[in-house]
Amino acid sequence: MILSGRPPRGRTLQALVIAVTLALALAPFLFPGVKPLNVAAKVCVYALLGASYDLLLGYAGMVSFAHVMFFGVGSYGVGLALYGLGPSWGAVALGLAAGLAVSTLLALAIGLFSLRVQAIFFTMVTLAVSYAFNVLASQLDWLTGGEDGRSFRVPEILQPGFRLIDREAFGVALGGRQVSYYLVLVGCVVVFLALLRIVNSPFGRVLEAIRENPFRAEALGYRIVFHRTLATCLAAAGATFAGALNALWLRYVGPDTALAGSIQIATLVVVVIGGMGTLYGAILGAALFVVAQNYLQTLLGAVSTAAGDAGLPLLPGLFHPDRWLLWLGLLFILAVYFAPAGLVGALSREDDTTP
Amino acid sequence: MTARLALAGVHTHIGSYHILQGVDFDAPAGATTMLLGRNGAGKTTCLRTIMGLWRPSRGTIALGEATLSGLPASAIARAGVAYVPETMAVFADLTVRENLMLAAREGPLDERRLDWIFGFFPTLKRFWLSRAGSLSGGQKQMVSIARAIVEPRRLLLIDEPTKGLAPAIVGGLIDCLNEIKRLGATMVVVEQNFRVAREVGDFVRVMDNGRIVHAGPMAEFVADEALQARLIGLSLDSHQ
Repeated sequence: MILSGRPPRGRTLQALVIAVTLALALAPFLFPGVKPLNVAAKVCVYALLGASYDLLLGYAGMVSFAHVMFFGVGSYGVGLALYGLGPSWGAVALGLAAGLAVSTLLALAIGLFSLRVQAIFFTMVTLAVSYAFNVLASQLDWLTGGEDGRSFRVPEILQPGFRLIDREAFGVALGGRQVSYYLVLVGCVVVFLALLRIVNSPFGRVLEAIRENPFRAEALGYRIVFHRTLATCLAAAGATFAGALNALWLRYVGPDTALAGSIQIATLVVVVIGGMGTLYGAILGAALFVVAQNYLQTLLGAVSTAAGDAGLPLLPGLFHPDRWLLWLGLLFILAVYFAPAGLVGALSREDDTTP
Repeated sequence: MTARLALAGVHTHIGSYHILQGVDFDAPAGATTMLLGRNGAGKTTCLRTIMGLWRPSRGTIALGEATLSGLPASAIARAGVAYVPETMAVFADLTVRENLMLAAREGPLDERRLDWIFGFFPTLKRFWLSRAGSLSGGQKQMVSIARAIVEPRRLLLIDEPTKGLAPAIVGGLIDCLNEIKRLGATMVVVEQNFRVAREVGDFVRVMDNGRIVHAGPMAEFVADEALQARLIGLSLDSHQ
C-alpha cells in the first residue's frame, strides 16, 4: 500500500533498497560525525531530486535542463523567507508555498510554450530559462545576496545549539542537527512516496505510453501536451521540495548550492546510474554517487600512499586524490557500459511470463 | 451509437508528397467497409487521416453529425473512434493488462467485456501480466485489436489486422470482427487477405493513386473477376 503496490523487483534489489533506507534512517546513530551526517542528508536530497527528475526523464521521456532551477526556486524560497522574516515555521511554510507556486507557474509556462512542438525544443527552452534564472539570481544582489548568497537562521529546534533531550541516546547527543536531519529524511520520504504513487497511477501509465509512442497514445485519446505539462509541473514541485529541504539543512542559499550546473549533471548521473524509469534507482544512484563524491578522494589518497610506500611507479600519481573526478567519470562510464538500464535494471528480476 | 462515416474531397500532403488527392467515400453505419488497393494507393494514409494522425489539407470528414476533420487525434479518439495500425502497435514496456487499461477511458476494465475478448483471443489471458514487448508478432497484433475493442466504439479503423497472424487465429479474428459489427460499430478495414475481406466486408472501396476508383457492395465485387483484375490487378480467388 505504502509503496503503491510496486515494491522493488528482485531480492537483491529489495535488500539493497532496504539497506540504504535503513542506513539513512539510522545515520545519526550509525555515523554520528559531522561529515557522515552531511553526506547522509545529501543522499536524501539527491534521492528526491533524482526521483523527481526520473518522473520527467524516465517516465515521460523528456530531457530537461531546468530541474536544477526548480531546486533553486525551493532553496531560495525558503532561504529568503527565513532571511527576511526571521526564523519561524511560518516563514518556512510561506517560503515553501511561494517556491512551489513560482515553480509550478514556471513549469506550466515552459510546458505550454514548448511542448506543442518537438521535444528537443522543450530541452532547449529549459536550458535557456535555467541559464536566465541563474544569471537573474546572481544579478539581483539586493534580494538574493548575489554570488555570496544568504545565510539565515532556522527555527530554534533545527539550530545546531538546540538540545532535544539532556541525555545521550545510543551514545549520541540529540540536538538540532539530528532534528534537521530527520526533517530532511522524512520530507524526502513523504515526497518520494507521493512520486511513487504518481508513477504507479493511470497517469503514470499514460506517461510511459507517451514516452514510447506519442502518436499512438494520442490515438487512444490522450492529450500529449496536457500530460507532459502536468508531468513537468509535478517534477518541478518535487525538485522544489528537495531544494527547500536542502536549504534548511545548509542554513544557506546561494548559486553554488542551489543553481549550479554541477547539480543538474549530478542529478542526471544519479538517475542514469540508478536506472531510468524506476524511481527506486534514484535512491541507489544517490547513495552511490554522493558517497563516491565524498569518499573517493579519501580512498584514492590511501591507495596513492600505499602505492608510494610500495615504491610502485606511476600509480601514486594516477591515484592522487586530486584525480577523483577522473575516477568518478570512469566509474560512470563503466556503470553505463555494463549496466545500461542502471543498477535497478541490472538487479531486477524479470518476473514476466515470457512466451 | 451507430454512425456513418463520410469523406468528401479529402486531400492529404505528407511533406512535399500529395498522397490523398480528393478522396470521397462513405462507410455505412453498422457495416464493414473494406478499403482495398495496390501497395502505395493511399489506404493507410486514408485511415491515418480519418484518425487525425495526418491533418487533411482540404476536404471534410464526418462521423454521423460530428465533423472530425481538423480535430486532433485525441479528440477524434474521444469521439468514439479507435485505430488499429498495421505495425503491431503495442506499448512494449507495459503489460498486456496495462495496454488494455490505457484504452479503457470510460473507467475500469469491464470483466464481462474482457471475457468476451478472451473468447476470441485466449492467448491474451495467458499472458495477461506479461510485458507486451515480450510477445510474438501475432500476439502483439491481438493486443492491438483487443485494445481497440476493450470498450464499445462508434467507428473502428483497422489496418491489415491479419498481418502476421497464424491461419488458425485468423478464424477467431473473423468471428471477432463480425461480432463487433453485430454490436453496431461501423468499421473500415484495410486488408490484403481476401478471404478475410470477403467474409467480413459488406462494402468495398478500392483506392488507386490517392483516389477512390470503385465503390459498391462486396458481393458484387466478389462476383466480378474482371473488375477485380482491372482494379487491383489480381482476382480475389487467386489470394485464398
